[in-house]
This record gives sequence, C-alpha cells and structure tokens, in this order.
Amino acid sequence: MTESTDQPPPKLTTLFSAFLNIGLTSFGGGLSGWMHREFVARRRWMSEADFLSGLAMAQAMPGVNVVNLAIWIGFALRGSAGAALAVTGVLAAPIVVIILIGVVYGRYGGLTSVHAVLAGVTAAAVGLSLTLGWRAARRAAGEPGSLVILLATFATVGMMQWPMLPVVAVLVPLSLILAFRRGAR
Amino acid sequence: MRDNPLLALLVTFAPLSLASIGGGLSILSDIQHQSVDVHHWLTQAQFLDDFGISRAAPGPNTLIVTLIGWQVAGWAGAAVASLAIFVPSSVLVYGLARLWRRYRGAPWQAKIERGLAPIAAGLILAGALNVLRTADGGWLAWAVAGVSTLALLRYQRLSPFLLLGLGALVFAAANLLA
Repeated sequence: MTESTDQPPPKLTTLFSAFLNIGLTSFGGGLSGWMHREFVARRRWMSEADFLSGLAMAQAMPGVNVVNLAIWIGFALRGSAGAALAVTGVLAAPIVVIILIGVVYGRYGGLTSVHAVLAGVTAAAVGLSLTLGWRAARRAAGEPGSLVILLATFATVGMMQWPMLPVVAVLVPLSLILAFRRGAR
Repeated sequence: MRDNPLLALLVTFAPLSLASIGGGLSILSDIQHQSVDVHHWLTQAQFLDDFGISRAAPGPNTLIVTLIGWQVAGWAGAAVASLAIFVPSSVLVYGLARLWRRYRGAPWQAKIERGLAPIAAGLILAGALNVLRTADGGWLAWAVAGVSTLALLRYQRLSPFLLLGLGALVFAAANLLA
C-alpha cells in the first residue's frame, strides 16, 4: 500500500464523486474492473501493483470484495475519511437504484424483454471481471508455484464448483508458505 | 424476534457479513436459505427474480440483501439489511488497512500480498465463470462476455457502458426473434 504514482492524492470530494460514479454506473456488476479502469488506467491514482495487492487483501477478508476494495483504496489514498467516503460513495446510489429496479420489475417483471435486457447487461459485465482477472493472473503467475496455486483455485472453485471456503482454507496457507519460502531464499 | 422484522433482518444478515470470505457470492445460498426456508420472507421464485435484478443492477450483487430488506420492511428494512451485511466486515477491513499502513514496507507484508495474489486472481476468474454458467441466454451470454472481454483488453479507454448497452441490445433482439 504505497502511493507510487506521480499523482498527488485526490481531494476528498473528488474521491467521493469518483466512487459515487462507479456505484451509479456499474450495471451488471464487475465493480473491481470498473475501479481498476478508473483509478489505475484513467486517473492514475494508484499503481497497478498497489491496486492488485489491495484486491488480493480485499478478497481474503470477509465481506463483499468490492466494498472491501473501496475501503482499502479510500484508506490508501486519503486515510480514514477516504475509507468512509469511498464505501459510502460506492454503495449509496446502488442501494437506491436496486430498490427502484425492484419496484419497476414488480410491475413489468412478467415482460420477457425486461428479463432479456437484465441478462444481456449481466453477460456483458462479465467482460469487466474477466479483463481484471486476466490482468491479475498475468501479474500473479510469475512464479511456477503461484501459477499452480492460481490454476488450482480456478479449477476447483470455477470448473469443478467445489465450495470456496474449504478450498481457500487449504490454498491460502499453502500459497503463503510458498511466498515466504521464496522470500527466504 | 419473529414479530420484529427489523431485528430479524439484523440478526440474520450481520453474522453472514463475517462469514462471507471470498466475496458476497459465498453466502448467497445462506441468504437464500434464511430468506426463503427459515423466515419465509420470499418464495423461491421471488428470490430468483431478486437475484437476477441484483446481478444486473449497479453495485455489488450482495445488494440482493437490500432488496430483500425492502420487501420485508420498506426503506427501514432496506437500511437495516444493508448495514447488517456491510458494517461488520467493513470494520474488520478498515482495521486491517490501518495495521497495513502501520507496518508499511515490512518484508512480510509484501510476501503476504504475493501469497494471496494468485488466489485472488483465480477466484475472480472462477467467479466470472460461475456467473456465465448460471446466466440466462446460454451460448449467447458466453459470446457477449467473450466479445466484451476482448474489446476491453484491446481498447483500454473503451467505455464499458457502451458494451453493457450492446449486451442489452443483443439480448433484447434475440428475445424478439425467438
């Protein structure tokens, strides 16, 4: 968690509006992907390495990944106030919007076209997750051991649909041991 | 407890907040079980509708909890359910972020981050695969997701909004033709 970009840390209002914007526009999910585009690619507030480290920490902790990631990024950029504004920003609009969609759906949900539109948005948004997953995978898989861990995670949880918790309970300690042994050499 | 829906929402969802390791989807079946089987807040069909909405709506899918809260007890229910699912884990992550800053630059920190990175990457890819597997639209969903991924990798500055709109259009058109 280092501020290793050329940009000065954003103003709190700018930070808040950036997260608000992501919350409001992230139809179909894939919020980590949106955040990567916004904070690393477009605004250059953080380096890719810092972002992906934050992502790994956010995944490892209980809670919704993108909410954890918002707290992590907000705190890295602007401390406690940044964390609070980031999490508020990213959740405020979606909380209102999902209820509004619920109301509309309750009225027009029988229409298959509404159903189709929702499904189409969701499918396209998978692209954001896959893009970020690809970036994270390329960076994480530098060592053969890491690549094996990555593939094992994907194969068990993704392809074989094993429950995530036991898989993670085995692979996280294994991966940490590998990382520490690598560092000791 | 049964006569106070707000309290029921709170004690149902707050523990799930801390159980959701690996992301919100890991507790989806618990949310379903609690809301449909235990508390009878919704029917199975309603739950599936809510799930579809929460996936397409902006924000994390876990906001399905907000929607359920709203259906149980209006805006107060939505607020209580949201706070219950987000606050406990958020406090924990905030504490960890503080700890991380205090020991910034420590060698063990970089090692932990490097150890977690491949698992995070694997889980993101697995999550995407699971969304596609349960997506409506079958091969069309895979095709739209594939095109969207290639476009985003190829054109870094492309607006994802455009792709989401196109995805909606393709699906709506397919629905009309079907």
